Amino acid sequence: MNIQELKKINDTEWEIPKSYRHDMRVPVRIFATRELLEQVMNDKSLEQAVNAATLPGLVGAVVVMPDMHQGYGFPIGGVAATEYPSGVISPGAIGYDINCGVRLLASNIEFESAKKDMGRLATLLNQHCPSGVGKAGVVKVNVKELDEVLRDGSKWALKNGYATQADLARTEETGSVKGADPGSVSERAKQRGREQIGSVGAGNHFVEVEVVEQVFDERAANVMGLREGMLTLQIHCGSRGLGHQVCTDYVRDFQSAVHKYGIDLPDRELVCAPMDSPEGEAYLGAMRAAANFAFANRQLLAHSARRAFEETFAGKRKDWHLHQVYDIAHNMGKIETHEVDGRQVKVCVHRKGATRAFGPGAPGLPPEYKVIGQPVIIPGSMGTASWVLVGTETSMERSFGSSCHGAGRVMSRSQAKKTVRGDELRRELERNGIEVRAGSMPGLAEEAPSAYKDVDAVVETVSAAGIAKKVARLRPVAVIKG
Amino acid sequence: MGFEEIPHTADWSIRVWADDLPGLLVESARGMYWLAGVKLVDRPRIKRRYETKGTEGETLLVAFLSELVYYAEQEYAGFDDFVITIKNDRLKVEMEGAPLKSLDKAIKAVTWHNLKINETARGLEVEIVFDV
Repeated sequence: MNIQELKKINDTEWEIPKSYRHDMRVPVRIFATRELLEQVMNDKSLEQAVNAATLPGLVGAVVVMPDMHQGYGFPIGGVAATEYPSGVISPGAIGYDINCGVRLLASNIEFESAKKDMGRLATLLNQHCPSGVGKAGVVKVNVKELDEVLRDGSKWALKNGYATQADLARTEETGSVKGADPGSVSERAKQRGREQIGSVGAGNHFVEVEVVEQVFDERAANVMGLREGMLTLQIHCGSRGLGHQVCTDYVRDFQSAVHKYGIDLPDRELVCAPMDSPEGEAYLGAMRAAANFAFANRQLLAHSARRAFEETFAGKRKDWHLHQVYDIAHNMGKIETHEVDGRQVKVCVHRKGATRAFGPGAPGLPPEYKVIGQPVIIPGSMGTASWVLVGTETSMERSFGSSCHGAGRVMSRSQAKKTVRGDELRRELERNGIEVRAGSMPGLAEEAPSAYKDVDAVVETVSAAGIAKKVARLRPVAVIKG
Repeated sequence: MGFEEIPHTADWSIRVWADDLPGLLVESARGMYWLAGVKLVDRPRIKRRYETKGTEGETLLVAFLSELVYYAEQEYAGFDDFVITIKNDRLKVEMEGAPLKSLDKAIKAVTWHNLKINETARGLEVEIVFDV
């Protein structure tokens, strides 16, 4: 595929028409500038978006965000809505790390006055928030407790003293997705989850301390409690081995389901089943349970991060507390109602590497966010900026209430390791005033900023397209990763 | 038999070839361990058995590699010696290995993305994408 084959709608929106390939059921709508598009023309992002457009029961268009990159089956940065309940649900279109997402907490600690404490804070965060390959979490739950986590998510954390009511109010789905069915989660998945709850994991997951560098929307920032010069904390992780196993189990089981339901697909990773089938219902129950595990996981890490803040700042300043701004998923399937071709349609919105971005007045938002729109948290690549945005009316109309989720990779991990040395990168980050606590130098090299697109360009694109609005830009001052 | 890395923007991918299906499974395991930077300690040696059913080679391949992902994560163990038999759609694996000395990168899952075992001049050949 080349750019000439795309239909240009405007400077930030393109279309692959349904006529591009005979098996497409809907068109593909791409939010990107020409420059961002050119960066992905050599990988398989758009081919994978065309494959996704063959899923049965799709409505509207498959939407692709400017941080898109090649995944497996479904592109990262992809959004697809299937009519509920007769349309399909595809585990591969949600991904192995179910409810991978981001939590942002804000403080009233002025960075300039706390600069000297950053080293200690980074070390304490590293101690309290386990990260890295195979690391156990901050708590170990028994069989019964794990089922409670899977059923109740952050509500379990609240009951056990790891959360506040305010945390839950500012979490997507209040951190507890209804319809979760622990009975649909395999014993193996549960075994993987029991020891890992309350851990960051490895790869591109991290805990990061940031300073609010610039506010673009004073009103929205005030509502969120974000002020220029103040410290924030971001947690990026998901459902760990439990979610990976849930997806592995159902992608395997759905290999036969597609034959049973006569579904023909261009890629076996896209296997799916009607949502009202026994297979579809079982996966929905299991996916929601894994999503609840991820919400509880980030809640436990937030609790641990608060301890690190307390040990660093208590006694030195009056207000050292972290309050939650929002917690948002970027790998999830959600039953929502959207307007499609002038009618209200109940759909399952598959978001894989795409963030829900509901506009003002949308259902499910806490009262303060109903006024400004839902916060959208965009982690940048390591050492670069992150962003806080809000969803808009346009995102509800054009992208099933969705926006981008990050910077998006442009360089393979092995190429990054050939180009960048982990120890040199660490020194460079530290020269730029960023404390780094990393378990693996090769892992650090893989996440080098040069392996990613420019997050500012991605954010400018969604902003220009109107599917999200800029609120604040955050600059990292401490990074903790496995 | 052998394997080579295929560039992938976000995840990991390898091309594997071998004379037959048991050889393809063994070489895929070696390729996966190589990607993850797995190194084993010398002692103690550990043994595990694994059995599964599947009418397709692809099904057996994903199931077998997923089993190894599980052992690496849960038991912090890897394997370097495999005896594989496939009879009447049933895969039996006797494997011997050791605790991990090091693991550079965790593999989340073995995907089915464009997974197809083909017959080529090199025998059986397959491309596997791993989610990392």
